[in-house]
Amino acid sequence: MTSDLKQLYQEVILDHNKNPRNFGKIPSPTHKAEGYNPLCGDRYTVYLQVEDGKIVNVGFDGAGCAISKSSASLMTSCLKGSTLAEAEQTFNNFHRMLTEEIQPEELPGKLCKIVALQGVKAFPTRIKCATLVWHTMKSALDGKAAAATTE
Amino acid sequence: MRQVKDDLELVKSPVSLELLKADPIVQQEEKKDAMGTYETEHGTTVPPHIGSPRRGDFPVLQQSINDKPLVYFDNAATTQKPRAVIQRIQFYYEQENANVHRGVHTLSQRATDEYENAREKIRAFINAGDTKEIIFTRGATEAINLVAHSFGKRYVKKGDEIVISAMEHHSNIVPWQLLCEETGAKLRVIPMNRSGELGLKAYTRMLKPNTRLVAVTHVSNALGTINPVAEIIEQAHRKGIPVLIDGAQSIPHMPINVRELACDFFVFSGHKMYGPTGIGVLYGRAELLEEMPPYQGGGDMIRSVTFEKTSFGPLPYKFEAGTPNIAGVVGLAAAIDYLSRIGMERIAAHEKSLLEYASEKLLQLEGLSIFGTAKNKAAVISFLFDDIHPHDIGTILDQEGIAIRTGHHCAQPVMDFYCVPATARASFGLYNSREEIDRLVQALKKTREVFV
Repeated sequence: MTSDLKQLYQEVILDHNKNPRNFGKIPSPTHKAEGYNPLCGDRYTVYLQVEDGKIVNVGFDGAGCAISKSSASLMTSCLKGSTLAEAEQTFNNFHRMLTEEIQPEELPGKLCKIVALQGVKAFPTRIKCATLVWHTMKSALDGKAAAATTE
Repeated sequence: MRQVKDDLELVKSPVSLELLKADPIVQQEEKKDAMGTYETEHGTTVPPHIGSPRRGDFPVLQQSINDKPLVYFDNAATTQKPRAVIQRIQFYYEQENANVHRGVHTLSQRATDEYENAREKIRAFINAGDTKEIIFTRGATEAINLVAHSFGKRYVKKGDEIVISAMEHHSNIVPWQLLCEETGAKLRVIPMNRSGELGLKAYTRMLKPNTRLVAVTHVSNALGTINPVAEIIEQAHRKGIPVLIDGAQSIPHMPINVRELACDFFVFSGHKMYGPTGIGVLYGRAELLEEMPPYQGGGDMIRSVTFEKTSFGPLPYKFEAGTPNIAGVVGLAAAIDYLSRIGMERIAAHEKSLLEYASEKLLQLEGLSIFGTAKNKAAVISFLFDDIHPHDIGTILDQEGIAIRTGHHCAQPVMDFYCVPATARASFGLYNSREEIDRLVQALKKTREVFV
């Protein structure tokens, strides 16, 4: 296996793909959005429960490839307990990690284990797989009714 | 002038007579030299692990992807172009380019001759009765849209029905949906079974006095099913209903005879049959085309224009508004020459043997399931492997230099039928080989190792 491929499908990713954390609808979501990538058919719904500006619970369901599913699992794990401001910063960090020439340690604030998704950067056709649930989460928090896409 | 013509002949027929007499596809074993390499028509040799000697005719296949010799298994999406086609297009732009049907100058005449010669070549290739029945379009999609607009405008009204099938590509669904929305007509869908075969009894019941048109695919791009179109056409004709056949996936793989099929319309794309992109063909029976109004208006399609009234030109020009894709047309003719030199029967036999080999080898992999198991199938294999998502399979195969398609293949209703969001698809062409299929199987084993 090439080193790029090893970076892409590293242990953390494969583990979160096989045993996704926070999988399933949460009992009382305050925010919810659906994300869909029409090019490949990946489809997820992200549920968030926000109280006093804090994400107290978060979950997702749907189906897609290993990259999109592990990204959803890692994202929800990272966001649980975050303030909305922190969530916004994590979103920006994640986006910058995949689109800019920047090392994760140079990014401000929380990144958690989502650093594991850095390997996606070497596969431009797969970046949208990783970012789909993040856009979905953002449009849930922004209260946008329309389904999020990666376009 | 003489020199130009001679060069042209050379470009058009780069294959020596000896090679034509040989059977390069079927008898490839005999053509191996002592080193196990194959001599191609251009004198280059291909390494022994890549089998089909035709591979040497395709410049794009002479490269490595991720340090592995490219294995191209995405032929149902688009095929690669042989050197003969590429050179023909270059020659057109270097020696013949002018607008057609217009100038009195030599170049314009030359371009017009080549453009119309190509039309005759295509007529002969599908055995249409007359060149006026061959309309150039941008592709199969535009050809279907042409019929939906023009035939639809003329014959389809509220309460009428259009019959399509459950395995259509989006290009043979959406134009009819748009027509139905516009006119108030209804779309009826021939069902299919789990093997991917159409229900002909249900189809027969669907044909009613208010059915205006049947539009079905010859070969399913997602499943590979070869539909019994002759029977479908016969049933419809018994009730006087015209039939459109989407031949985009059949024409690269088998001989097509539109008069024997007796279809009313037959559409296909150049780029799926080793020709250029942006060129396609609508074959239509002259009696129908004569009655249909123009699809687009513009130059080249008129008899006379005043501000009060325009009268339209004869077939096929009535449907070819504006300067056509002349280079695309001559490139498509070169692709047809290339295919004819090999022979469509021989290509069909080669691909059938690849399909059988690949089906057997792939099914030996535990956890691999094939979607589309019709008795009569073209060389398309849609599959899922364990619970590995097709996109992950696609990425890992790409690292091994193997190009396959992953996704819904522009046939979302087919995916919905099997309750899967996507499949992986390997589709074979004339340059593929058993050795390449072996590499696919090896790469799939690697894929599983990653996801254990």
